[in-house]
Amino acid sequence: MTEIERHDYDVLVIGAGGAGLRAAIEARERGLRTAIVCKSLFGKAHTVMAEGGCAAAMGNVNEHDSWQVHFRDTMRGGKFLNSWRMAELHAKEAPDRVWELETYGALFDRTPDGRISQRHFGGHTYPRLAHVGDRTGLELLRTLQQRIVALQQADHAETGDFEARLRVFAECTITELLTDPDAGTEHHGAVAGAFGYWRESGRHVQFSAPAVVLATGGIGKSFQVTSNSWEYTGDGHALALRAGASLIDMEFVQFHPTGMVWPPSVKGILVTEGVRGDGGVLRNSDGERFMFGYVPDVFKGQYAQSEDEADRWYDDQENNRRTPDLLPRDEVARAINTEVKEGRGSPHGGVYLDIASRMPADEIRRRLPSMYHQFKELADVDITAEQMEVGPTCHYVMGGIAVDPDTGQSRVPGLFAAGECAGGMHGSNRLGGNSLSDLLVFGRRAGLGAADYVAGLDRRPAVREADVAAAAAMTLAPFDAHPAGAGGENPYTLHAELQRVMNDLVGIIRTESEVVAALDRLAELRARVHDVVVEGHRQYNPGWHLTLDLRNMLMVSEAVASSALLRTESRGGHTREDHPGLDAEWRHRVLVTHCVRDGSGLGSGAAVVLRTAVEPAEREPMRPDLLALFDLSELEKYYTPAELAGHPDAGRSAALHPEGGTA
Amino acid sequence: MSYKGRFRVWRGDASGGALADFEVEVNEGEVVLDVLHRIQATQAPDLAVRWNCKAGKCGSCSAEIDGRPRLLCMTRMSVFDPGDVVTVTPMRTFPVLRDLVTDVSFNYAKAREVPSFTPPAGLAPGEYRMAQVDVERSQEFRKCIECFLCQDTCHVVRDHDENKGAFAGPRFLMRVAELEMHPLDVADRVPAAQDEHGLGRCNITKCCTEVCPEGIKITDNALIPMKERVADRRYDPLVWLGRTITRRRD
Repeated sequence: MTEIERHDYDVLVIGAGGAGLRAAIEARERGLRTAIVCKSLFGKAHTVMAEGGCAAAMGNVNEHDSWQVHFRDTMRGGKFLNSWRMAELHAKEAPDRVWELETYGALFDRTPDGRISQRHFGGHTYPRLAHVGDRTGLELLRTLQQRIVALQQADHAETGDFEARLRVFAECTITELLTDPDAGTEHHGAVAGAFGYWRESGRHVQFSAPAVVLATGGIGKSFQVTSNSWEYTGDGHALALRAGASLIDMEFVQFHPTGMVWPPSVKGILVTEGVRGDGGVLRNSDGERFMFGYVPDVFKGQYAQSEDEADRWYDDQENNRRTPDLLPRDEVARAINTEVKEGRGSPHGGVYLDIASRMPADEIRRRLPSMYHQFKELADVDITAEQMEVGPTCHYVMGGIAVDPDTGQSRVPGLFAAGECAGGMHGSNRLGGNSLSDLLVFGRRAGLGAADYVAGLDRRPAVREADVAAAAAMTLAPFDAHPAGAGGENPYTLHAELQRVMNDLVGIIRTESEVVAALDRLAELRARVHDVVVEGHRQYNPGWHLTLDLRNMLMVSEAVASSALLRTESRGGHTREDHPGLDAEWRHRVLVTHCVRDGSGLGSGAAVVLRTAVEPAEREPMRPDLLALFDLSELEKYYTPAELAGHPDAGRSAALHPEGGTA
Repeated sequence: MSYKGRFRVWRGDASGGALADFEVEVNEGEVVLDVLHRIQATQAPDLAVRWNCKAGKCGSCSAEIDGRPRLLCMTRMSVFDPGDVVTVTPMRTFPVLRDLVTDVSFNYAKAREVPSFTPPAGLAPGEYRMAQVDVERSQEFRKCIECFLCQDTCHVVRDHDENKGAFAGPRFLMRVAELEMHPLDVADRVPAAQDEHGLGRCNITKCCTEVCPEGIKITDNALIPMKERVADRRYDPLVWLGRTITRRRD
């Protein structure tokens, strides 16, 4: 075997989106030598696609906002499945994380008195999203990228080397985590490093590091209609599983209600919720604002019942209730799905999103410049004059690596996760705007957790050469000639088939028979991926890269489908047509995915795609002081009576507080 | 609405290469990147092309289409006639790695040479106050998606590798302007713009503005105002007189 490039760091961050960069900044600021590895160029991560804003209860636009109100909104949005500790930390720390960005040079839109402006978004009681027009994610990622550069400049001034303590390995893909069975706990070997390849040259690279932070984002590229970029292949989810960590809540996949539906080549591209936050409304083919008919029981009383009230709410939130156009995303996506199914859709299978009739053209161009640009350039639609056609698109996975809320550590010692690839924070459905704040809050915490972990080690875990050799062999297997008669599969064809399976059978509406069929199809694809033959050589070869990514996509897709099969209720990003209601007995249960091994570890090389298994476990009950932030009458819609025995109002007739008044 | 489109795509690496001909299906509403992906999936699985978001937001898929620097994902096939041969080549200003993928590390090196945002001492997080009208100037520049098409097209470095050391290029001169116009940045960036980043080499032909997919007025709003600040400082007779007098007192 040729020489493998080797590097040694204190903390290895995999993924250079918001969570990864924030984690790296923290680890470096704590004095640790930190490496960031990313599949794309530095500054291209999917975070740039976030449009609407970053939720933080700063109270700049409505002073009644507070962490408690944000916490409640987040738990409601997730239908009370969220890790309450994560939701608490998130609501409390988000404002500090946003203000910190200003010290790095971020330029958010301003209020008249010069503070950070905040906009309305689905499920948020008050205007809460710090934003920059409709390109907030770009601002956030660029700001963090420039902060990394600032730290490198400081290191350069001190040592003469920009990369002395913080280096970015761009266009480098990690294929396997390396663990040391002689370190860590009885059950889980500690992280010792990672193995991967340079996309540009195809050459192998091995990192030794006692702490690894996974910040690899989501899984959307396993679905056909998605707002996600090619990078979203569930790498972190799969790497964590193979290293011995577990995933939770994998059945919960968010379909953003408004993706473009026409022309076909742009189907799925995101249309920001900011359109509705700023006044845009959904209409069906009869011109009717149909969302008024879709307010579910659990949200009755919290949303406007007439168009007049909804329109007044934009200017006066104290005396009016918000428009049902801004219900949480799962509700809106299902409503659109139903309208289309019942024949009230637009010509290309979506519904209409109307901002043109709601505000002057100049105002639209000022507030939503990239939406204006996107529709003009890609669909020939002038959104200041015409309605947009929109429909649901796979957008976000709520499920992810099970982590300790405070430190981000998984059950594998030294393995941390933050951002979309970590699970728990968003429960069954994420509120818009809570993703950017999530990755800041928990990116920082994971960086901190990793730094503390490394400081507490008395010896560094060691990489086993056999594991390195096995990982290297695995990446090169697709180049091997196959026995005559073996298919010679095309990775692009397999990927397209996987996307269709997940889209059609494990999509926005699920049934037992379809999910079972999907699991059969996935088994077929797992077998066929053995037969992929890659053409060409190792230098920047996208067919090869896709083949290796497929391993992860297939593994994570099985986790999603198996979890979806087990959860026999409908909640958030998991809708079972054959089990349409919320079930309180499912609320307190969590589905945990782990990797099924044949016992011989990584070295076996037997299976290209390792199998997963899903088992139910109990969720930790919410801390009583947090539970007491909710009215008993609301909790009763979600909880079993036994779980509410400790609520202060239990046993008394529930006193109704108006929302916003109990904080 | 489908037709067989004719494409010529540069294939090769640092040691050389040539245009390869493809006949490939083109469907309604597609962009050039869709067609390249179809070539990958059906004819040339190892065709190297960088891309990410496919929505004009990440700036990864920069290349030259019929010689013009463009984003592959934002160039619609409807701008061509079905009979046209569409030629796709890598950005010329940067060294080719493989096929349409170039080595853009020049840009990351230049980014490190611009001193970062320097906030006023003692201003606590959360205490930043700026007027919308004041942040808008820099916000325009922060729309930049770092596709590096402006760097690619700029004649100071296009076909002039020898200038690369002394010239930051429009993207990073604009970064200097962005920080200079940041309402709270306290660093003085004017002398370095001229002396270290090579602002004087720009002769405002506006090619960068023309290729910017974000429509940023790079020349008018960033480069010319920076040149004016340099001129004010260096060539204003009153400033010169003032400086001379101060120096005499020293």
